[in-house]
Amino acid sequence: MDLTLSEPYQALQAEIRDFIRAHGNKSPKVGGGRKRPDQKTLDWQKRLLEHGYVGRTIPTEYGGAGKQPDIMEAAVIASEFARASVYAGLTNQGISMLVPTLLEVGTDEQKREYVGPTIRGDLIWCQGYSEPGNGSDLANAQTKAELRDGNWIVNGQKIWTSSAHYADMMFLLCRTEPQASKHEGLSYLLLSMKSDGLDARPLKTMTGRSEFNEVFFTDVKVPETQIVLGRGKGWYVANVTLKHERLMIGDAGKMTARLEQLIKLLSTNEVDGVKLIQMPEYRDRLLRLQGEVMAWKAHNLRLLTEAAQGIESGVKRMIVKYGGTMLGFRLSSLAVDAFGDAGLTYETLGEDSEADDATTWNIDYMYDVGLMIGGGSNNIQKNIIGERGLDLPREPKAAGRV
Amino acid sequence: MDFALTLEQRQFDDSLRDFLKDRLPMERLRMLADTANGFDESLWNGMIELGLPGLLVPERFGGAGLGVLDAAVAAEALGYAAAPLAFTGSMAMAPLAFTLCASQAQQDEWLPQIAGGEVRFAVAYTGLAGQTGAATVTLEGGTLSGRIEGVMDASAATHYLVFGRDGMASVVSADDPGVSTTLRRSIDRTRPLMDVSFNGAVAERLDAANDPLAAARTVLDAGRVVLAGDTLGAAQTMLDRAVAFAKERVQFGRVIGSFQGVKYMLADCVTALEPCRGMVWYAAYAQDALPDEARLTACHAKAHVSDVARDVARMTTEAHGGMGFTDLLGLHIWFKRIGFNRQILGTPERCREEAAQLQGWTLHV
Repeated sequence: MDLTLSEPYQALQAEIRDFIRAHGNKSPKVGGGRKRPDQKTLDWQKRLLEHGYVGRTIPTEYGGAGKQPDIMEAAVIASEFARASVYAGLTNQGISMLVPTLLEVGTDEQKREYVGPTIRGDLIWCQGYSEPGNGSDLANAQTKAELRDGNWIVNGQKIWTSSAHYADMMFLLCRTEPQASKHEGLSYLLLSMKSDGLDARPLKTMTGRSEFNEVFFTDVKVPETQIVLGRGKGWYVANVTLKHERLMIGDAGKMTARLEQLIKLLSTNEVDGVKLIQMPEYRDRLLRLQGEVMAWKAHNLRLLTEAAQGIESGVKRMIVKYGGTMLGFRLSSLAVDAFGDAGLTYETLGEDSEADDATTWNIDYMYDVGLMIGGGSNNIQKNIIGERGLDLPREPKAAGRV
Repeated sequence: MDFALTLEQRQFDDSLRDFLKDRLPMERLRMLADTANGFDESLWNGMIELGLPGLLVPERFGGAGLGVLDAAVAAEALGYAAAPLAFTGSMAMAPLAFTLCASQAQQDEWLPQIAGGEVRFAVAYTGLAGQTGAATVTLEGGTLSGRIEGVMDASAATHYLVFGRDGMASVVSADDPGVSTTLRRSIDRTRPLMDVSFNGAVAERLDAANDPLAAARTVLDAGRVVLAGDTLGAAQTMLDRAVAFAKERVQFGRVIGSFQGVKYMLADCVTALEPCRGMVWYAAYAQDALPDEARLTACHAKAHVSDVARDVARMTTEAHGGMGFTDLLGLHIWFKRIGFNRQILGTPERCREEAAQLQGWTLHV
């Protein structure tokens, strides 16, 4: 065990620190709502791309830096930007999910056409997976696409489509082989959000914002070549994508940042002249959370080491989404409680604007519940942990289950 | 950066686990629990063969010169086997205490004996550790007087290492006529406690530490991390057994592990317990290499792992149904070990309170 960085990583660390010293003032603000990147953000993204701090392992012919994958380098980059509170580059579903998927299973044309513009932030994607009748049971997707005269004709409905109202493109899971079995009847299509017959309607959530959309398809035409990997391979491709989403959600850096904010909050807020952090009831909750965050940070170091050594982490990886979202909710819960009655005022001023602190924490607090549901709900995670992680038997199939 | 055990550490862990599996079948554990003096001489001698007493003793005194991380890894294996061994006090805290507090001459005298397993130390605090039983001694001239209740790892001790409230350490022989003891069975039948009275017992001061209080706390922190490792191992046994049971036990025509009620409970256990392993490693590594984080991580590791293990102990017992509640299955041995480790050397509440003080979060520091 050795937590010191070896020489090449120290060099990278020093290089990034120099970069941030020289250019950090041009960074857009960290965080912010879900919206189309503005010019400042696009310029910053371009700068990061040039230095290989984003798109680092993407081949140069597709617009990346073409470096060998090195998880430790990725960790150094992430931690240096977080440490300096400097924007670490765009994170959206196109970059985090579609790009790695295309690099793994896309054609040369698809990679050439989409990877570059996506990592530059010029092309924004949304994900067409969940349907009103098929959330956890994703493989049961019923939105259908029929091949007619060289085009897929798509009909059906998707839901929980984040950023659909400003996205350029969608990656869509739909049923193209109605005769085939549930998992083998799906295909993965790439289509323009400006297609005729496509209607994206904002879906207001409990936060009061519209982070998601419903998307309706009426005879939407998609060129035949816009399929990834081939007919009936949609479930496989979707799983390649989801693998990347689940990695995205369990993020120890975010937990640490939240804990720090929480400590600041409890050290500032007072009741009757006493700081909350000095009140045993609040303090004990904070201390318990500090212990939990410490455990998950160490767990993350373990995963990082195993990933760097090419070791499959198994159940250790499977617990991250479930454990991480539950802890996230406990963190934001304490923040909401620390505001007390003063935190009841709630003004969401649209997704693009800054809310006050109490509102921001309240949004996080509610959004955390959404995170427990999205990307494979916690009950699904517990099935995965139990069945794949602990090798417990599956539920017997229900009558009529395909 | 490499946050993993080395090949040597894993090999040592394997050999220790194999040894314990061989030596401590359930019948043997029961026998040891029934005799209740908490000392198994053949097990102790086996540990000497494996070199365990010298784990933390510097090489020049015949030890392996390893760190708290190695001790925590060994503790996990011992907890997994519910080994009745005076490990935390004798093999982890005592060598560290001598390294930090003893003069060169005292180290020359004592550390080789510790490494060879010729002496066994029980380590006792009179304050600092947050114990709730009586614990007051006075060190005057060369003698120690007073009483300490509930000392762990003491039934087999040849010597006591006592930390005063000011952090001053002293050594007393268990054979000294000024020492009288009462053995008390504890909730953990394999590990009794000892009430120790000192009446003018001859005491050798270990007064070479520049800051005795800091040294006493460092030893305490290491002890807490080692206990957290032991608790982790004990909880892991319970989880492994519950998972195995859930794959075999049939009710309503199905193995019970296929019911989501049982499956989710076990998923909750592994989700909470697995990060504890990284936490124990990190806290142990901090004792060896990250002095700024050593105290805080030790407090949190003891508190958090104890809390998680309590839940795991409860849920895995429940997963066994009525059998889990019987004496027959022996699962309760680990349940009680977790309970013992939780209360000794500072409860989770006490450890969190210390963590709060460390960070200036209390009104009166």
